[in-house]
Formats: sequence, structure tokens, C-alpha cells
Amino acid sequence: MPGLILLKNGRVIDPANGIDQLLDLLIAGGRISAVAQPGSLAEQSGCLVYDLAGKWVVPGLIDMHVHLREPGQEDKETIATGTRAAAAGGFTAVAAMPNTNPVNDNQTVTLFILAKAAEAGFARVYPVGAISRGSKGEHLAEFGELRQAGAVAVTDDGLPVGNSQLMRRALEYAGNHDLLVISHAEELSLSHSGTMNHGALATRLGLGGIPSVAEEIMVYRDLALAEFTRRPIHIAHVSTKESLSLIRRAKEKGVAVTAETAPHYFTLTETAVDGYNTLAKMNPPLRTEADVAAVREALRDGTLDAIATDHAPHSELDKEREFALAANGIIGLETAVPLTLRLVRENQLEARRMVELLSVNPARILGVEGGALSVGAAADVTVIDPEKKFIFSEESIQSKSRNSPFLGWELQGKAVLTIMAGKITWQETL
Amino acid sequence: MDPEYRFSHKHLLGLADFSVTDIQAVLQTAESFKEISSRSIKKVPTLRGKTIINFFFEPSTRTRLSFEVAAKRMSADTFNISNSGSSTVKGETLIDTAKNLAAMNPDCIILRHPCSGAARLLAGHINASVLNAGDGTHEHPSQGLLDLMTVREAKGRIAGLKIAIIGDIAHSRVAHSNIIGFSKMGASVVVSGPATLIPPGVEELGAKVSKTVLKAVEGADVIMALRIQQERQQDPLFPSLREYANFFGVTQKVVAVASPEAIIMHPGPINRGVELDPKLADGSRSVILEQVANGVAVRMALLYLIMGGD
Ligand SMILES: [Zn+2]
Repeated sequence: MPGLILLKNGRVIDPANGIDQLLDLLIAGGRISAVAQPGSLAEQSGCLVYDLAGKWVVPGLIDMHVHLREPGQEDKETIATGTRAAAAGGFTAVAAMPNTNPVNDNQTVTLFILAKAAEAGFARVYPVGAISRGSKGEHLAEFGELRQAGAVAVTDDGLPVGNSQLMRRALEYAGNHDLLVISHAEELSLSHSGTMNHGALATRLGLGGIPSVAEEIMVYRDLALAEFTRRPIHIAHVSTKESLSLIRRAKEKGVAVTAETAPHYFTLTETAVDGYNTLAKMNPPLRTEADVAAVREALRDGTLDAIATDHAPHSELDKEREFALAANGIIGLETAVPLTLRLVRENQLEARRMVELLSVNPARILGVEGGALSVGAAADVTVIDPEKKFIFSEESIQSKSRNSPFLGWELQGKAVLTIMAGKITWQETL
Repeated sequence: MDPEYRFSHKHLLGLADFSVTDIQAVLQTAESFKEISSRSIKKVPTLRGKTIINFFFEPSTRTRLSFEVAAKRMSADTFNISNSGSSTVKGETLIDTAKNLAAMNPDCIILRHPCSGAARLLAGHINASVLNAGDGTHEHPSQGLLDLMTVREAKGRIAGLKIAIIGDIAHSRVAHSNIIGFSKMGASVVVSGPATLIPPGVEELGAKVSKTVLKAVEGADVIMALRIQQERQQDPLFPSLREYANFFGVTQKVVAVASPEAIIMHPGPINRGVELDPKLADGSRSVILEQVANGVAVRMALLYLIMGGD
């Protein structure tokens, strides 16, 4: 039978089914056909067999915040190169932010993205539509048509919604179409003159500062609006300690809020910017030790629901220039697993929790399939070698862009086999 | 100075990179060069054959002229490229232009640029020495050095003096270089101005912050008023120039609480009657013209030291 894959002797970590033990997993016809005790499944002819002793077998990872740049900025990334990078990083699905050119504020762009993703075949792509037409912050985009075309959420990521009435209406109206509203929380009047975290380092470098309150004020506003409208909200790329306190308090009150952070916010502080390192320039900016500690704590205690990369490819021209003029953002798909595994190795995060943050919860929050290794489910499976060491180098990068502050880092832990709907999308020597 | 000491910097990007001994070496060299400017033939052959490019992305007649005079007095060949057109104000061509400049094989590029860190960026892309003539709101090290020279000349020392810097500390690269330079040399630096113009963590650069100008200036040996940049008024930093002059201007009343021998400095150009009382600017305590004269000497010294003209 074609499409038979047997994954033997791996540590299957499947929090949705309460499983964390050595098991064999059989894939047939693009679906998971059996999960059983090691050695108990018969090897059929034509079956691809992998001995995964020492490796983790987890539900396919889902990155709920990436910028694939197509249409419009194909010099930075295309849907094909971006999803290839996703597969190399262990992701079987990504949610694509709408700040393309044209903006994904209509069904035509959504359908184009889905067609390109299907053609490439490296990962599922869940288009995220714009909240407002052209992300201009004025009129609502056509949520109904976006949903029908395949969008799973809406956001004006990168161009935050300044108008509170618009955000309120978006939350209310998204309810008609079962669309998640994602907030990029940033009060522009406080942040627009800054290019890095506000504080002594910004002063020393002569760079304008972005204070934490620029994020926190909008986190609070959007939590208040979610509570008021009784609609769920998802807060993207949370970077500050106080934002996390606000989210924690809202969750205790029963507000339907979920939140994500990115690996750089639990790995780096603002000191990475010193020397005008544009590879550490991002929005929100890298913060302080206290913020990093708070982010790690929130990953453990459930205040944060997901790790998303905010994968933001940029060309060398956009990055190798004056700091104030350089583009914001870094690529992240290919470093998320090793950076999260650092927390696991330091006993700051359990393996089970890592899988929840990178797979179970993103599937639940976006309302998409995946996040579990249940028999009968689509075979989206990621195999991680938690021991594999490698130097993160430009040559190894699958993304079309190279803008990462982790270049040259020795990392440990890597996706070595990625399977999407039963199809192998990435494989390294095991 | 230690006889073993050798000035070893290829670039001048900021005073933060200079040690106390480096600063002393520049000041000593500048003092010996100052005499040249008083000769009837104001020219020495020290840098003959060297090529210096004045590369100015922002309009600045004073600093550019000062560097140009310094270079000419040392017999270097100088070229001016001013690039304040709209496309380059956005900085789109710094690295590209640098590559074109490199083809001319210059020994030194003097860069003025609106972005902090621009001088460092240029230094990473070119073989020539880079001399930062002001980058964004980061540093203006040659101004810092000429201010140090002026104070040392007037007071005979720097260590132990109280320096009061008044005004827009947040957006002033002159203030940044002066805070770093004076505190490195053992002076105590106090800054004051509207709280909206005091940057976070300025203490880490070496300055104390005072809420009132009077408190900052009390007993000060040096009072430095900074230029208020009116073009920043789209950010509500203070209500009006009138109120600024009333509460943050350096006036006779303010100077009265300083040391009786206090000197008054200003990096220029002055908004007379706003940050500085015109009578003080032209009065006996003012060393503003000495600052200009010392600017040439310090820049001669920097060009000499950086291009290894020995
Ligand atoms: Zn965003």
C-alpha cells in the first residue's frame, strides 16, 4: 500500500490524548492509522520504516504568526520558500499574516495564497485576513467572504488598529463568521519615534525608545473590548512583563483571551541591539531581563498559550543599513524548535508543555485540524531529535532571507522528519 | 603621559570608545597645533598627499568649515560631498556612496549623518578612517573634545569641576559626547531641562539630573546652554519658546548662583534670548569664540593622530 510510513520506537508526546511514552505510529493514506506498543505493528511491504529511538514524535507543529511576503515582496520570501522553511523547522502548518501587497483584505488574495500553498505542498497555510480594508484602519474588510475563501482569523498586524471603535466592531462582526481577531498591540503615538526598547541603552546609542506602555495600553484596551463584546481575542507577540500581568488577570476574570510570544522574547534582551545590530531590530522590540523572565514564567503557567515565530523575512538591503532606517523583524521558522528546547533542557519548560505551545494550542485557537496524534486524524507529524547539535549558518537556511540574530549560534535540537498529510516534507539524516 | 603610549584608533566614532589617555593625547596635540593658527602662514606640510572627504548628509556650515580649515592647514587635499537631497536624507545610499568613495581611495572620511550609528556603519564598509562629525542623536565627539580643550584652557584643569549642561539633552549629540567626555576626565556633570528632554538612563552616561536649572547651575564652574531645536515641536515637548526661555534659559539670574569665575559655553548656533541671554553670549564670561578657535585645533589634532601623520 503506498503512503505507508512506520515510525518505530519514538517517544510519542501527544498531550491532547494524554500520551507521553515510547510507541510506534503507523501512517497510511495520509492519516494516522495506528498508535501501538513498540514492535506490535507488523511491517508491511512497501512501508517506509524509521527507527526513532531517542527522538520525539509529536503532532505537526503549527506556527500561528508568519509573514510569507507573497504576493508583493517575492524578493524576501515566497509562499514556496516560506513553507519550505516551515517544513525544515518542523512546522506542518502556518498562519500567514495579511500585510502583503496587495493586502489580504479580500477573497481573491486569500484564494491566491491557498493556491500557491497547495502548489508548493510543503505545509498547510491558513490565511489571516485584514481587519480593515487595505489595513488602513478605516472600514471593515469583508470578513464573510474572507472566511468563505478560507481565512481563519483577521488582524491588521504591523499596522495596529488605533481606532477603538473599529476594533470593537471587528470583534463584534467577526462573531458572525467565526473568525478569530488577532491584536498587534501597539499605541503608535507612543512608539512611532522609537526604534528599540526605551531605556538607558537607547540613550547611549542615541536611538529613540519604544516604551513598554506602548504595548500595554493596547493590550489593556483590547482585553477590555473583548470583555465588553464577549468575543475572543488573541494577543500577538507579547513582549512585556506588564502585558502578561494584564492577560493573566483577564484570564482569571474569564475573558476569552489567548496570547502568543515569539522565541526571541524568551531568548534575547535589548542588549542584542548594542553596536546597532539591525538583526536584533524588531517590533515589539527586544526588552529587558525582567521581561524575558516574565515571558518564561507565562509560558509555564498558561498565561501564554502559544509560541509563534513572527517569521519576518527581509533582504540584506533592508537590514544592512542605518539602524533607524532598517526593517523590523527576523526570520524564525528554522530556529523555533531549538530555542524552545533550550528552555526544556534548562528545566524551565516540560516537553509536554512545549508541544502544547507549538501545536495543540495553536490548532485550538485557530480552530483548525491538527494538534493531536489521534487515530484517523490527518498525518501531520513532526519528529524532533532533541540532541542534534548544529551551527545555525546562512548555508543551512531554507528561507529566502537570512535576517536572523541567531546566525552562528550553536543550537541543539532539530526537526529531522516532518510529515504533512502523510507526505514527507522535510527529512534529515536520522 | 606614559612614554610608551601610542594613539591607536583608526576611527573616531564616539568618545565612549576613547580612554582618558586617548583624550589627553588629543588635547595635548591640539594645544601644540593651536599655535599654527596664530602664525602669519597658517600651514604645515604634515598631511601633504593625504585625501580627506567631507561627507555631509546634513547641512552644517560650521562643522564642515572647521574640518575643512583644519585639513587645509595640515596641507591635506579635501573634497566636499554634501548630500542633503531628499533620497539621501532617507539614508538610502550611505553604503552605496561609501563604495563609490572607496574607489577614490581616501585616507579619511568625515561623516555627518542624521542616523545614530551611521559612522560605525560606514567604518564597517570602507578601508579609510572614519571621523564622526555628528551621527543622529548619538555623539559629536570632535565637539566634545573641543569643549574639553576650551574648559582646560580656561580653568587649567577638568577634574573636580562642576559642569552644568542645560536644555535638550535627549536630542543633543553634543550633550552626549560632553557628558561622556567630562565625566571620564573627572568632572561632575549635572544636566537640567524640561523633563521631556531628559533621556532615560542619562545617569549611566555619567550625568546627574537636576529638576531646576538653578539647582543644576549652583556653584558650577562651566555652564553650557544647548540649542533648542524648534523643528521638533510636532512632539509636545514644551509649551512655547517664551516659557522655555523663562524656566530653562540661561540668564543673568541663573548665572548669579554659579561660581563667580564660571564660564559660559554654547555649541552654536545660538537662539539668542531663548536658551541663552544675548548679553551673556557676548559677555566676558563667554568662551563661545574660543570654542570655535579650538574646534580647528582639535580637528587638526584628530586628523593628525588618526591618519598616523608621524
Ligand atoms: Zn505584529
